[in-house]
Amino acid sequence: MCADQTILANREGLRSGNLSPMQQVRAAGGRAPDPHVTGGWLSMQEYADGEEVDFAIVGTGAGGGTLAAELAEAGFSVVAFDAGPYFRPLEDFASDETAQSQLFWTDKRIVDGDNPLKMGSNNSGKAVGGSTVHYAMVALRQRPESFASRTKQGFGADWPISWQEMWRYYTKAEDALKISGPIRYPWGPKRPRYPYRPHDLNAAALMLAKGAEALGIDWTETPLATVSAPRGKSPPCVYRGFCRVGCSTNAKQSALVTFIPRAIRAGAEVRDLAMVGRIEVNKDGRATGLHYHRAGQWRFQRARNVIVAGYAIESPRLLLNSATDRHPDGLANSSGLVGKYLMTQSNQAVFGVMDDEVRWNKGPPSLAITEHWNYDDRKDFFGGYIHMSQGPLPVEWSSVLTGSKGLWGDALLGELDKYNHQVGLKMVGEMMPQERNQVTLADEVDQYGLRVARITYSWCDNDKAMIKHALDFMQQQAEAAGVKEIFRQKNDTNHLAGTIRMGADRRTSVVNADCRSWDIPNLFVCDGSVFPTTGGVNPSLTIQALALRTADRIKELSRRGEL
Amino acid sequence: MPDRQPDPVEEGRFPGYDVLRKRSSMSWNDRTREVVDRRLAVERGPRTLSADAFRCLEAVCAQIVPQNQGPSFAPLAAYVDEGLTLGLGPGYRNAELPEAPEAWAKALAALDATAQREHDAVFAALDDAQQKSLLQRMQKGELSGPEWTDVPPKLFFSQHVLTDIVAAWAAHPSAWSRIGFGGPASPRGYVRMGFGMRDSWEAAEAHPGQEAKAARENRRVR
Repeated sequence: MCADQTILANREGLRSGNLSPMQQVRAAGGRAPDPHVTGGWLSMQEYADGEEVDFAIVGTGAGGGTLAAELAEAGFSVVAFDAGPYFRPLEDFASDETAQSQLFWTDKRIVDGDNPLKMGSNNSGKAVGGSTVHYAMVALRQRPESFASRTKQGFGADWPISWQEMWRYYTKAEDALKISGPIRYPWGPKRPRYPYRPHDLNAAALMLAKGAEALGIDWTETPLATVSAPRGKSPPCVYRGFCRVGCSTNAKQSALVTFIPRAIRAGAEVRDLAMVGRIEVNKDGRATGLHYHRAGQWRFQRARNVIVAGYAIESPRLLLNSATDRHPDGLANSSGLVGKYLMTQSNQAVFGVMDDEVRWNKGPPSLAITEHWNYDDRKDFFGGYIHMSQGPLPVEWSSVLTGSKGLWGDALLGELDKYNHQVGLKMVGEMMPQERNQVTLADEVDQYGLRVARITYSWCDNDKAMIKHALDFMQQQAEAAGVKEIFRQKNDTNHLAGTIRMGADRRTSVVNADCRSWDIPNLFVCDGSVFPTTGGVNPSLTIQALALRTADRIKELSRRGEL
Repeated sequence: MPDRQPDPVEEGRFPGYDVLRKRSSMSWNDRTREVVDRRLAVERGPRTLSADAFRCLEAVCAQIVPQNQGPSFAPLAAYVDEGLTLGLGPGYRNAELPEAPEAWAKALAALDATAQREHDAVFAALDDAQQKSLLQRMQKGELSGPEWTDVPPKLFFSQHVLTDIVAAWAAHPSAWSRIGFGGPASPRGYVRMGFGMRDSWEAAEAHPGQEAKAARENRRVR
């Protein structure tokens, strides 16, 4: 492209940048936004609705974004749909918690059960790149035993994939995202060095280290998907601390700035603001494509294969909403387990103040970690948990104070005034898979006319025992670090998993080890919803590793003519 | 656009600190200036709630987040009403509550009805102690009567009263200045990360006897 054309393209980019990406599709007319260049575009191949593409992928986050890149690079024709907007972080992202709620899935959903889940900012993204656009970038491996919980630990269900194989794909995922992490990781089998050096510790992380050393347990720098040195057009992280509401410098290695541009360069089409409402299945029991809503109308994309990657609420909702006379309980549901075994992770915390100024908002929110209680099995409950240092911004922090302590009036303001001295330790804990925790369809409909999800959740005794253990231990650690005025946040949960579990037996699972439906051979599900157990670590890297494996399996099946 | 007239808080932990002085600095990108400007220019009157409900809401807000009238006053009721108008929400609804606009309208009407029954006046006309007492009972779920049937008071208090009002306050630059939060940080982030370390573009805390020094430093924060 000559200089004049570049200027012209940039001007057009800036003009269209004035239209809200929430209302106006951006990936169209043979191009899609280049997230790394202000006003820049990537040229993008497009496919007609009537053209039968090799893969139609629903969702572009940790699962779908990864697959779109891998499959397009393998030469398949790919169209990836996302219900959310196509953001340009350099231009669209304010440094502001409230404005950036534009990243969250805030469409109508109903929660109930004994312990109703908080949705939205906690666990659901609505953007090209999915939740990776707003996640805290914590990139961890599940411990080996977590892939065989039933056999090795006596609870839940085994994954149909060995830990050795998953760990090989973790290495690939860590390299694809250039994870910044410690030289020596203290827990579990040997792993290769992280591609990039670890990040500096802030005072909030130093508190975790101080407490850990006082108690004689290991700690380390948290492996993070934000670069500690330049990578292509991503500058090193400048410790803004707004990670959970979107990275405006592109240091964060979200799917939006990594896998999505790769996918487009390899010939995939990405359709933003495209809500998939139903998968069509023919009388032979094969998927033929999907119905999606974009630019004010319902359309139908033909596809040889469909991959669902909408995460643990939207993926089962789509399968349930795709019910037909032949599939009255929803697609791929001969086991009756679609929507069942929803899991979240316990995310309780202890917070307190230190005499020194901390200013915990500086840097990524979780710079230091201990996996001590993920690997140490001397506990009287199943499963494991990790805990990490914290740095919530004011809106989130005030919600902790109101939610945990019920504070208002002068009492609330007096506590908020301690913001710059505040520290915290927060767990990510493995909750048990329970059949009663589930996603079903409510009678109410959303703005597309689709029935909304009802999300039912109750903790079991094991969940409660783990939470108590974690709160007691974290309090002990904080006290050992000199933290005062400690209180407990007893009611928080975060990541999601389950609802379309994978397994080795079609009677007790929905998809097989290749993330392929037992019932509909050209339908795959590849996101956190296939997890049979959720493990004691943040799930994103596992989803990405699984997507890399699924891509390899699809390529292999294709070679063998078994797709 | 010129910087706004600073309205520094001269008392408290961070005397003289006004986060809005950083508006033209490397800490604020264009998009941030745009959204914070729009927030500061919020329409003060109600667009979704009725005038009566809005008056009640203003009184509730004054109890939840006590503020001085003055240039730094954050019009919290206006933000709550704006959220209802724009359909902003957290992305889920407890099955026992109606949608937010209906829930707020019903709860504020119920609060006024309870106040009328017990004190023969609307909530906004009650004295400070009466208002506090009613809100405390609402928080504990001790209010009852037919007006509360569709909006369980305890659940509404935790899911909306505390959540919506306090979130609006914590999103306001006046709150950032008060608590010494650095505010927006894009593209400039932070460099000095350890205990007791402060970048020159962060608020300086007033240690006892050192208030004047902190105030001097805070007036230089850009």
